[in-house]
Amino acid sequence: MSYDNKDKGMTLIVKTITGLTVGLILLYGLYITLHGHISPGGGFAGGVIVAISFIHLMLAFGREEALRILPKTFISVLESVGALLFLGIAILGFMGGYFFLDWFSKGKPFELFSAGSIIFSNIAIALKVGLGLFGIFLVLILLKFTSKDE
Amino acid sequence: MVIIPFFTILPLSGAFIIYLVGRHSKFFTDIFANITTFVLFLLSLFILFFKPFEPLLYKVGGWLPPWGITLVIDGLTRFMLITVNFIAWTITLFSVNYMEKFTSKYKFYTLFLFMLAGMNGLLISGDIFNVFVFLEIASVASYALVAYGVEAEELEASFKYLVMSSFASLCILLGIALLYSYTSTLNIADMGVVLWEKGIVPVVIFSAVLFFLGVGLKSAIVPFHAWLPDAHPSAPAPISATLSGVLIKTLGVYLLLRIFYNLLGVNQIFLDILMFLGVLSIMVGVILAITQMDIKRLLAYHSISQIGYIILGIGLGTPLGVLGGLFHLFNHSVFKSLLFLNSGAIEYTIGTRDLSKMGGLRKNMPLTGWTSLIASLSISGIPPFNGFFSKLLIIIACMEKGYIGYAIWAIIGSILTLSSFMKVQKFAFLGKLNSLYKEVKEVPIFMRTAMVILAIICILSGGMLIPYLNNYFLLPAQKVILGGLDYKNINQSINNEK
Repeated sequence: MSYDNKDKGMTLIVKTITGLTVGLILLYGLYITLHGHISPGGGFAGGVIVAISFIHLMLAFGREEALRILPKTFISVLESVGALLFLGIAILGFMGGYFFLDWFSKGKPFELFSAGSIIFSNIAIALKVGLGLFGIFLVLILLKFTSKDE
Repeated sequence: MVIIPFFTILPLSGAFIIYLVGRHSKFFTDIFANITTFVLFLLSLFILFFKPFEPLLYKVGGWLPPWGITLVIDGLTRFMLITVNFIAWTITLFSVNYMEKFTSKYKFYTLFLFMLAGMNGLLISGDIFNVFVFLEIASVASYALVAYGVEAEELEASFKYLVMSSFASLCILLGIALLYSYTSTLNIADMGVVLWEKGIVPVVIFSAVLFFLGVGLKSAIVPFHAWLPDAHPSAPAPISATLSGVLIKTLGVYLLLRIFYNLLGVNQIFLDILMFLGVLSIMVGVILAITQMDIKRLLAYHSISQIGYIILGIGLGTPLGVLGGLFHLFNHSVFKSLLFLNSGAIEYTIGTRDLSKMGGLRKNMPLTGWTSLIASLSISGIPPFNGFFSKLLIIIACMEKGYIGYAIWAIIGSILTLSSFMKVQKFAFLGKLNSLYKEVKEVPIFMRTAMVILAIICILSGGMLIPYLNNYFLLPAQKVILGGLDYKNINQSINNEK
């Protein structure tokens, strides 16, 4: 990341602080996602936090920097993949006889690997929500607004 | 019945797969979207013919009804599923050629399949919150589709539609929340049981008012109709056809039937309001339509007017009236879709929607001309075509119940409809050909196929009233509505269903 490029993004102070915190925010988002079935939060909240970490990057370092890490096509492809994953998990339930049936091994309660397929659903939702939200933010930034008078 | 959830699985997976693969291969997109909608149509036919009478239940995730989400298929759902998926199939067929003039066709198919998933999900869901979720999926996809051309006029129409329709969704959500707080359950049938036991209190009446605001806005009955004449003409023609043909009926009329007839119950005051608004819609819609010179705007105003007939028929509450209303719902889907596809074909070839600039097009576009004549005669209620039978049923039902005035208004509305469609025929297809359009040719093959299929259904579907045939399609749907609150017993059939 280019800390010394003065034309792009905000000041050096903001860039340094963002560089320090952005990884923590991303990790926290992943934590919320993965522990969705045993603590408050889940795929949606975790996905939003993941999206926020990338939005921070974009605000501090400028949009080229953020798009270098996460290209546009990558976002739209992974967003669809997230949705298809969620649908796939739901369809896998047919192996047990019902749509959306949770047929994975349930494990011991309150451990990370418990609650069967909920954790995979949460990951799929986080992919979809996080990248979808980031995509919406990108679209709002990339669009150029012109009025009729110009 | 394991195939019930596939009504939402197929369009949703189709949408995402098309979004992933579509940008690389146009050919694949067309084929895949058409196969998806065609398979959905076949599935709805399968459900109609192989399990025609008893209600079907599906437990999502294997959870039992009052707690889990159920998918319910009864007569009304079968009827609506056939209508929605049949129209959707013909419209994807039409879009193969029509949408060539827009960029990124795969996005169109993605959004279209989302809308279809929303409508199918709304129809099969037996859980009132799921109904809201699918209603929002269908609505949000339709906002984007109205703005698909991204011209200033389209964006403005889409924004107007978005504001009014979001307000409607909010009303419905608040109604659901109030009902949930009163009954402590979200399953529609179970909610019916609790309401039956605890009785109707003011909060239920308040939520009924909210529901009526919501579905009234979604189905564009007259005091709530302002968004429709902007939104429907601005969309690309296949989308106008879907919006007018099935979306306002699924989100509006079907939901009205399900919530008021099957869940809350109706009384004579409510029926009087429905009938009055129906007649008001008939007259206001047709009077506003008659002066329009923009062909799609004229058709959009006629949608309001024809929804009025459906509401009038349903609001009568007699067996004949409900039958007429439902039959008119199906017929209107077919001929209004056909008319919008015709207008799309005209726009495709000569590039304008202004009636005064057209003329003599039948010579160069015979198929569009003849199919549009069939659709015009159907919507005006001329005897051999389907519109005649449904309007006749509604008018006879009015007479039977003693509402002679409403019957006369319905007849006047029909005559005015005829006059305004004669105007369309005169300006667009008869008369002298504009010298600019000497070289105009008939539209490509898939557009023609879609229009011909719809025209054939226009001619044949009057036969659905024949005693043996209507046992399958119309009478089960009518039975569900007349059965009213009996819907609450539907969960008890879960024991004999896997």
